[in-house]
Order: sequence, then C-alpha cells, then structure tokens
Amino acid sequence: MTAITSKLSTGKNDLGLLFKKLWAPFSMAPMLGWLVGALVAVLLEYTIGPYVAWTLGLAKIPVLFGVLIMLETPILFPSAVLYVLIIYIVPIAFVAWITTPLANNLAGRLLDLRPWLAVLVHLGLFYAILQLWAEINDYRLLIVRLTLISIMLTLSLNVVNGYMGEFSCSHPGFMALGAYAASVFTLTLFVDDRTFGPPLLPPQLGPLLFPLGLILGGGVAALGAVIIAVPSFRTRGDYLAIISLAFMFIVKSLIENLEFVGGPRGLGSQPDWANLPTVFAWTAICIWITNNFVRSTLGKALNAVRDDEIAADAMTVNTRQTKMVAFLFAAFWAGVAGGLFAHVLRYVNPGSFGLQKLAEILAMLYFGGLNSVVGSIVGAVSFNLVSEALRPLEIMKWIIIPVIFILVMIFRPSGLIAFTEFKVLDWIRPKNRITE
Amino acid sequence: MSLLRVEHMTHYFGGLRAVNDFNLTVEPGQIRGLIGPNGAGKSTVFNLITGLYKPTEGRILLDGEDIVGRQPYQIAAMGLGRTFQNLQLWRHMTVLEHVKMARYSKITYGLIGAFFGTAQRQREEAAIEAKAYSLLDLVGVGHLAEQNVTNLPYGALRRVEMARALATDPKILFLDEPTAGMNPEELGQMMQIIRKVHRELNLAIFLIEHRMKVCHGVV
Repeated sequence: MTAITSKLSTGKNDLGLLFKKLWAPFSMAPMLGWLVGALVAVLLEYTIGPYVAWTLGLAKIPVLFGVLIMLETPILFPSAVLYVLIIYIVPIAFVAWITTPLANNLAGRLLDLRPWLAVLVHLGLFYAILQLWAEINDYRLLIVRLTLISIMLTLSLNVVNGYMGEFSCSHPGFMALGAYAASVFTLTLFVDDRTFGPPLLPPQLGPLLFPLGLILGGGVAALGAVIIAVPSFRTRGDYLAIISLAFMFIVKSLIENLEFVGGPRGLGSQPDWANLPTVFAWTAICIWITNNFVRSTLGKALNAVRDDEIAADAMTVNTRQTKMVAFLFAAFWAGVAGGLFAHVLRYVNPGSFGLQKLAEILAMLYFGGLNSVVGSIVGAVSFNLVSEALRPLEIMKWIIIPVIFILVMIFRPSGLIAFTEFKVLDWIRPKNRITE
Repeated sequence: MSLLRVEHMTHYFGGLRAVNDFNLTVEPGQIRGLIGPNGAGKSTVFNLITGLYKPTEGRILLDGEDIVGRQPYQIAAMGLGRTFQNLQLWRHMTVLEHVKMARYSKITYGLIGAFFGTAQRQREEAAIEAKAYSLLDLVGVGHLAEQNVTNLPYGALRRVEMARALATDPKILFLDEPTAGMNPEELGQMMQIIRKVHRELNLAIFLIEHRMKVCHGVV
C-alpha cells in the first residue's frame, strides 16, 4: 500500500515526495511538541527578536511573519525570510523534533489521567503562545482579537447555513444587536459618558459583570432571531434568505434612527474590557459548546432537517423546535461576538454591520467549509490573516482575495474542510499509539 | 379497541377529490395491505394518516386518541413509524446516525446535555447507539453502520430505512412500497425481513404494494 502511494506521488510530481521526506522526521511529533516549539519560538522573539531584526537590517520585528515587509519593500525580502526562519521555523521544527518521545509520553499520560485536563493543558499552552506573540505590539493584539471574534461569527453562522442548510444573511444584524446591547449595558452601568450620564454602579465591578453584558447582548440577538426563525417554519431556501437579508437592513436602519444610541454617529468610549484573555476564553467556550452540540443526536437533527425535512418529521424529530434552537443558538453567539467586537474597537456605528460585514462572514464560512467546526476556524483565521497580510497591496488586495476564493470554489467546491467532525482528543493524542 | 381506526376520511386537493370516505381498522399485531394502481391515492392515504396532510373530513384514532391536526413528529412519536416510497434518507449522515436520529423523541438530556456534554448525555447516547446496532443487526446491515448512505446499494438502503423506522419504537409500521425497484432476490429478502420484524417485535403493519405477489406473501 505504501509502495503504491509513494509510486503514485513520484509519478505525479517530485515536490510531493520532497515534502514527504521533509515531513518524515516530524510525523511522530504530537500536538504537545508543536505547541512547546511554538512557545519557544515566541519566547525567542520576545527576548532576542528585536536584536535579530536589527542584525538583519530590519527596522523592527516583522509584524505578520514578514509578509508586510516583503510587500512594502521587496528589497528586504531575504531579511524577512531569514527572520522567519531563525525565529519561527527552525526553533519550532527543532523543538518539535527533539521533544517527540518526551512529548508523546507526556501527552499520553495526560490523556490517561483526565482527557479534559489534557485539553486544558493544550489550550493553556496555546493561549500562552498567542499572548506572548500578540504582546509584541498593539497591531498584533488587535488582529488576534478580531480573528478570534471572526471565528465565533463564522462558527455560529455555520450552525444555520452549514449544519441546517438554510441561507441566512442576518448575521451582521444579530451582531449589531449584541454589540449595541452590550455597549449600552457597560456604558450606562459603569462609564461616565455624554450619552448615558454618570455610572450607576462602581466601575470596579465592571470587568466582573462584563460577561453578563455579553450574555445580555447574545440574549437580545437571540430575541431578534425569533423574527427569522418563525418564517423559517414555512419557507426555505431563497425566500428565507431574502427575509433574513431584510432583517439585517431593518436592524441597521433601526439603529441609525435610534437617537439614544447615537444614531448614525455610533456609540463610543466603551471600556477596554475585551482584552485577549476575555476574547480567547469566550471563543474557546463557543467552540466547545458548538462542537458538543453539533455532535449530539439533538444537533444531528439539524442535518436531518437540512437533508430531508419530511423524513426528519416522520422520525419523530421536532423540526420547528430544531430550527428555532439553531437560529437562537447562532444569533446568541453572533450577539456575544458583537459585544466583544464593540469592546475591542471601543466604538460601534451602524455602518459596520452592513453588506460588507455579511460578505466577509459568508466568505469566511464558505472558504473554510460548511458543516465543519475546523472548517470555520480555518476559514476565519486564514481570511483574517490573508486580508491583513495583503494590506500593503491596497486596491490589489480586493482583486487577489476574490481570485483566491474563486480558485478554492473551483478546486474544492464545498470549502477547504467541509463535512468533518472536530474530534479534539484526536488532535492532541500522542502519535506513538495505534488508534483503534 | 383497535390500534388504528380511520373513519370516513376524505381529502380534497383543491377541487380534486383524492380520497373519498376511506375506512380502516388495524388491530395490534395485524398486517394490512393497500393495493391500487398508480395515482389511486395510496400514498395520499399514508400522508393523511401520518399527518403530512390534514384530511378535509373524517377521524383518525391511534390507540383511541384522535390524531387529526397533530404534527407529523407527534404522531410518529405516538407509535406510528413509516418508510417512504422513494427512499428519503439524509445524504450526509452515516447509517448509524440515521438510526440514532430516529430515537430523537426518546432523548431526555435536553439542550443542556447537548451543549455541555453531561454524563447523562454520554449514557443516553451510548444506550441509543446500542439500540441502533441491535436494530441494524435485525435487518442485517449492522456491518455497514459506519458507512455514509450515499455509498450503499439500493437494497441496503431499503433496510436502513426499515431500521430507522423501527427505531422510533412503533406500534404500527407503515411501509410505502417497500419492494419498489428491487430485483427478485432483494424482494425475497425484504419480505423475510418484514415477516421477521412482524414476528419478533409483534408489530402491526400497514403496507402499500402494487405487486400482488408481495401482498400475498406478506399478508
């Protein structure tokens, strides 16, 4: 079998073989090893990054793996590549390779001890990496948080558009409801501002009660989702898409005309509580709950409704309840994401929840893949990174990104990673064991 | 008391009278057949009783309860399982997931369990899975449990649909042309399965067929 596959790959191209050869030493490295490697890399950057950059003739640490530098001043291309090699690729590969037996052993013990503990350890390591990487400058901190928020948005839209197969366009509307509800919550209770007057509660309580504000935002968005969920009992497909699009516009013009939240001018001076740990924790919880939900039989009912609603009905599936839950669930998380969004940018206006936002969310969703938690994460992360990395190209960026999308849709019509289950324990398992 | 009793059921599609004064009683454990040429309204009778359409006139009693106007999923949960004339399977789901899905109304862990993966959910999902495997084995497709339905041959899909209908714990099973499009060998096997589930689960069966051979063979 291996002989056949290797023969096939040589027949196809030598690049595949080369890649396979390069990969071979790392094939046994578990996730734990890679994470430790990445931690070492970001620690390196944290401590000696500026000196390395200076030695290589770079003005400062390359913000996004050198891509920005390469596009802005192509003459520094070799320096940027060298920097990425020295700081990221070589240390990560070396640590992952050298720690393979140790990491496998450790990962196995953790998994045997308590699976949830193993997951938490990996998550903690990942958070430490993100935090160290983002701390280098504010720009990184901003894009990391916005990317995490995008993951929540994409994932929640996937529940409706992917798992349940309706084409809902109302996500920016839900997001706006959440953003404004959470902003009004924090501004009235904890902040002395022009719109809402002096704070009603001591501001020190704020960060503690901030989750309540986000849940309130999610709740308001979920309430709005009832307006979409009820028509979904009777119509499907294009017609529901139109209704949801209308909903988005209604929310937008509603907020534009509500003077007490600033109308078209927007609402500003939200407190800076959506820091990286907060956003990271909410995103992790969102992924965890969504992944639990879509893998349960109650969640699989979404797929049944999508693939054949009459059969679902005949098999005792309460289709109305299923649709209602899906819409409310998706809207809730969109609302939470909106609340975080408002507190990351510390300013919201109705204009940011329009067609542009919708296009972005849909692009991330369909790029990553329907009916897949991993797909949503990959879609959101890659879309955000690519659109940030191509920023120096200015107008060309909006030619290149659509071309990438067109290529993906031609070669992988259902998105990069569609219709797969996200099995967390498979990702973090030690690689020296045979899986059943 | 009869298990299923249909009294004077009439249904109009606009001005077209599709079903006129249809009467039926099915006793527990009894097999009943419905024969007729294409377009006679056999499937309409099915869809009326299973709640997809609401009859213009008449009463339908399941276990003595009037089920006219109830939602199809409620009627199904009361013990009326069915299969479809054209296979209606969920194309992105595995065989096992199909059968597990039909246990939907028996799930008690609720949304809390679904969201947070509670211990109760693990227990219930494990029980559902065991039940699903036993039903798949009963109809002889246990070895295909992990397969996606789009990869399977027609005869196997018919069996999957049968297992799925059985998973709703029906008291009466509605089979809409269970042998449509089958070759003689598959047909024989299907008839055996119908007799087997009738015998082992003591099910009442209401069957649509237009091959007299099948009707005679089963009834």
